[in-house]
Amino acid sequence: MWRARTLDDDQTMTAETAARRPPAPPSKRPLFRRRSAIPGFGLTMGVTLTVLSLIVLIPLSAVVLKAAQQSPAEFWAVATSQRSLAAYRLSFGAAFVAAVINGVFGVLTAWALVRYDFPGKTLVNALVDLPFALPTAVAGIALATLYSPNGWVGQFLTPLGIKAAYNPVGVTIALIFIGLPFVVRTIEPVLRDAAEDVEEAAASLGANRIDTILRIVLPALAPAWLTGFAMAFARGVGEYGSVIFIAGNMPYKSEIAPLLIIIQLEQFEYARAATIAVVMLTVSFTMLLIINAIQAWARRFD
Amino acid sequence: MAAAKNSLEGRRRATDDPLWAKVLVIGTVMAFLALVLILPLAAVFAEALRKGLDAALLAINNADALAAVKLTLITAAIAVPFNAAFGLCASWAIAKHDFKGKALLITLIDLPFSVSPVVAGLIYVLIFGLQGWFGDYLVDNDIKIIFAVPGIVLATVFVTFPFVARELIPLMQEQGTAEEEAAVSMGASGLTTFWRVTAPNVRWGLMYGVLLCNARAMGEFGAVSVVSGHIRGLTNTMPLHVEILYNEYDFVGAFAVAALLCLLAVVTLVLKTALEVVQPGNSGFGRGRGGH
Repeated sequence: MWRARTLDDDQTMTAETAARRPPAPPSKRPLFRRRSAIPGFGLTMGVTLTVLSLIVLIPLSAVVLKAAQQSPAEFWAVATSQRSLAAYRLSFGAAFVAAVINGVFGVLTAWALVRYDFPGKTLVNALVDLPFALPTAVAGIALATLYSPNGWVGQFLTPLGIKAAYNPVGVTIALIFIGLPFVVRTIEPVLRDAAEDVEEAAASLGANRIDTILRIVLPALAPAWLTGFAMAFARGVGEYGSVIFIAGNMPYKSEIAPLLIIIQLEQFEYARAATIAVVMLTVSFTMLLIINAIQAWARRFD
Repeated sequence: MAAAKNSLEGRRRATDDPLWAKVLVIGTVMAFLALVLILPLAAVFAEALRKGLDAALLAINNADALAAVKLTLITAAIAVPFNAAFGLCASWAIAKHDFKGKALLITLIDLPFSVSPVVAGLIYVLIFGLQGWFGDYLVDNDIKIIFAVPGIVLATVFVTFPFVARELIPLMQEQGTAEEEAAVSMGASGLTTFWRVTAPNVRWGLMYGVLLCNARAMGEFGAVSVVSGHIRGLTNTMPLHVEILYNEYDFVGAFAVAALLCLLAVVTLVLKTALEVVQPGNSGFGRGRGGH
């Protein structure tokens, strides 16, 4: 630590920086960055910002500019048309329900993986990441086949009067598949780091196990749970590949928002496609801000 | 563990759940994972082999399917090294130096994860498509980006953009800068320091990021679907080929190509598990965000 500090100070003694920063106290922060002994900042930062702008930022601005070519009234009419509203309702509703279900089973899965030993644990641990590794289109056709009226699972649901495939239920099933690892993988490290001695203390003070879990363990997991929930929800809202095969894609009924963008594109209605995209981007970025706020709030307690 | 148990002479610790609770939790988890994860995986192989192994192999071993495999490999071969190079660059600038706006920069690099794949395709259509910013210029010079391979590569680069960077940034931040500073102070150049000091420290994390990046690059569907144009033998990647066959009711063909992609997923998971053994503490995708 001490060694690093002196190196840092040596570097500040070069002519250029010494002129900009006269014998001021070394703790004073400079305008943009503190000089470090490690070279290559200019080059790597330049490449990073250039590539980020060319691949991500400028292209994303294109969609906003395209949507802005319309008058506000036109924009509003497309963004809030009956068909668009039905699509948002389905995308957001199904993503929310799927995230809630993943919230419950994700906690149980993380709990089993961290706290218990059981045969096949390594396999289960690897399997949890399957939705990250399996192409979404493959998941889509597999789920559509499973839950179709005469599929392996669908044949048992039909007599119960449940229509899973080609229905909003099917959309939710696909989003459960997609979102599961987000919840498990955000809760897992927090649960692993959680101090078991707090639980022991609660037990030794007379709390029973249920009380300990409800009042000590779960509140400590809340920020990670919310983060995982928000990530699964955000991913579900934008998901396309795994959903379109099982959704049925009926306008007003089982048509998701990303599909609506593609339909507008195929009719060369670029401004309309951009409009729906802007609505979805706004929601995604709001979710991103919420996730960051939850994380900042969680770090307060560290 | 065994020693601890012996010293307690069989007494249950306060944080041990009763056996019935363990069985209940593990049973519920197993049943849920079997329904949500294992069943779809099994269905792919069962459907692919419905008419026998020969029919499945025939569906893979034909010109259109092989062209799709080739295009998928080409796309990944460009997108993955590109994003790996970017990830190394970004993590060097972010983790080894101190500057203002770092949190914002990391958030911006993560941005593609919050964008719907369909929107990722749309943005490139708006720029390089016929009515796009460069539409006239590209037509005049006979350059095709949308409905051609460059568009597919661009869309893939966008959706896989953060994978390597988000893996390396927290890892390099944890490792600090002392070793690099020591190397530089003893006269090593920046490049030598990177290759001899930093690279060996982050190589497993880099491989981890590359692995996840590659799986997504080969499997991307939504973004590629928007920019591809679905021209058989020319702009069809494997996931798009699966869709075409499925929509033509060629289920054996669709699931045979899908089974090939399942093998990719299984290999990815096996390598990922192996990497976690080599470098413990790497608990998956949530690493950067998991709230350590």
